[in-house]
Amino acid sequence: MSGTVKALPVGATLFGQWRPLAARYPLVLASAVIVLLFVLAALCAPLLWTTDPLALNPLNRLKPPSAANWFGTDQFGRDLWTRTVFGARVSLIVGVTVAILSISIGLVIGLTAGYIRLLDGIVMRVMDGLMAIPGVLLAIALVSLSGASRFTVIVAITVPEIPRVVRLVRAVVLTVREEPYVEAAVAAGTRLPLILIRHVLPNCVPALIVQATYVCASAMLTEAILSFLGAGTPPEIPSWGNMMAEGRAFFPIAPRIILFPGAALALMILAVNVLGDGLRDRLDPKLARRV
Amino acid sequence: MLTFILKRVLATVPVMGVVALIVFLLLRLSPGDPAAVIAGDYATAEQIEKIRTQLGLNQPILVQFISWLGDLARGDLGVSIFSNLPVSTLIAQRIEPTLMLAFTTITFSVVVAVPLGVLAAWKAHSWIDRAVMVFAVVGFSMPVFVLGYFLIYGFALGLRWFPVQGYRSPFVDPGLFVSHITLPTIALSAIFIALIARITRASVLEVLEEDYIRTARAKGQAERKVLLVHALRNAAVPIVTVIGLGVALLIGGVVVTESVFNIPGLGRLVVDAIQKRDYPIIQGLILFFSFLYIALNFLIDIAYTLLDPRIRY
Repeated sequence: MSGTVKALPVGATLFGQWRPLAARYPLVLASAVIVLLFVLAALCAPLLWTTDPLALNPLNRLKPPSAANWFGTDQFGRDLWTRTVFGARVSLIVGVTVAILSISIGLVIGLTAGYIRLLDGIVMRVMDGLMAIPGVLLAIALVSLSGASRFTVIVAITVPEIPRVVRLVRAVVLTVREEPYVEAAVAAGTRLPLILIRHVLPNCVPALIVQATYVCASAMLTEAILSFLGAGTPPEIPSWGNMMAEGRAFFPIAPRIILFPGAALALMILAVNVLGDGLRDRLDPKLARRV
Repeated sequence: MLTFILKRVLATVPVMGVVALIVFLLLRLSPGDPAAVIAGDYATAEQIEKIRTQLGLNQPILVQFISWLGDLARGDLGVSIFSNLPVSTLIAQRIEPTLMLAFTTITFSVVVAVPLGVLAAWKAHSWIDRAVMVFAVVGFSMPVFVLGYFLIYGFALGLRWFPVQGYRSPFVDPGLFVSHITLPTIALSAIFIALIARITRASVLEVLEEDYIRTARAKGQAERKVLLVHALRNAAVPIVTVIGLGVALLIGGVVVTESVFNIPGLGRLVVDAIQKRDYPIIQGLILFFSFLYIALNFLIDIAYTLLDPRIRY
């Protein structure tokens, strides 16, 4: 974000000295607050002056924003504020689950590929192939073959995210395995699994935390795209993508059906990405200097 | 040079093979019965069986793979379940709007982003630089369909400067083509402008530290020439690389943008196929786009040698 990464005072920790940090990265702090608000909204959705997100009220359809319906209502008379708040749940669940899954799977594959030469060639060719397939299309194919359910959508979004994690982990492994302390561990007769866990894994953690935020943002976006195109979260679940898809026919007369969930999605993805940039500057300065 | 091109062509073959294998296995290894999923909830056993035969799923898997690869090599991407037309024919019918949109997007993005990036690097750490970088972060996070609807809301429904949706061929009416393609191009470009501006800034900034830039300035070279001839030329390789990698994003973006703006291209073909559960179309388009992506990145690899004479293979 900010052009150069200034050296941090000795002893600065991730959460310590937040005051100078906040001054240096005001955008990152603001993003952290926004993400936190979304998480709180998702957790406490029923308490936030919401009603039943699925309650139909045909008499009250396509109403503009009012004291009773802050964001107005959609073509079935459902409260848009309620549905937007509940939509944060779907996005966050998908984003976090996909991040955890793809990082764990990518980590295991990357460690194996980086350490076992025999597998490396094969695994990396498969990853090259996977990366050449446009992620959204791959996810669409996976969903349309197994039927739309929350689980299928999460799997379908996870698969295209894995290759980048594998490449990242493998790159770290290839540098770390040449380090003197790893050679020393090998010479001392440390067994391979222990070397991986004790010496290689800790070196991957900073880059993986940064990557996890990017994967999370990208997964939330893909979920919305899939739902919007009709190959995502089942339509009865109020996700932002589903809301936007349903609002399409009514866009000229009631653009807010699309604009409110759309704005929420954009804000959430922006905040998570900026948070990722901040974490990268903090945890992975080598990477920060390169980009 | 010729041996290099030949080597690169040979190197793309395994990647294409892996893509073909992955796409082939998608249908065969997916949990449950894909034929039943494709046939829909109300299909009879007969209909499911018919789809299974049509997809060739009741032959031994090795036989399936070999005959499928043979079809691919002849350019046969399968037959649509719904319309019974070859997928390659359907692609040929719908490709024009998609190519046009991709072309206008890449052109517009490069024309806007490269000067922005050079400017940001030149005025590094100034307010211009900060503004460009904030714009880059926002542009990168802005979902294309959200931006698309905001643009329609503001410029088509509100100001009425542009039509709400649709597509006109430039070969029929260039004026209408421009008015129809403007908003989709802007929506789809945001992410590329962000990406390209960011890498241009980083790349030019790095080059500006080089000795030959100082030499150029010392001999009194005009600043404009220093930036464009000395700096940008040497910073070109990473920029071109990002444009190539960005094509993957472009393909995903095209599908969504065509859906928002009701453009009858390949993206709409995908969306229609999702609704009709026409899996062969989805599969054919995955292969088509993946091979296109591989081919484009192959061309970019070759372009490196033209951009930077130091790169010799």
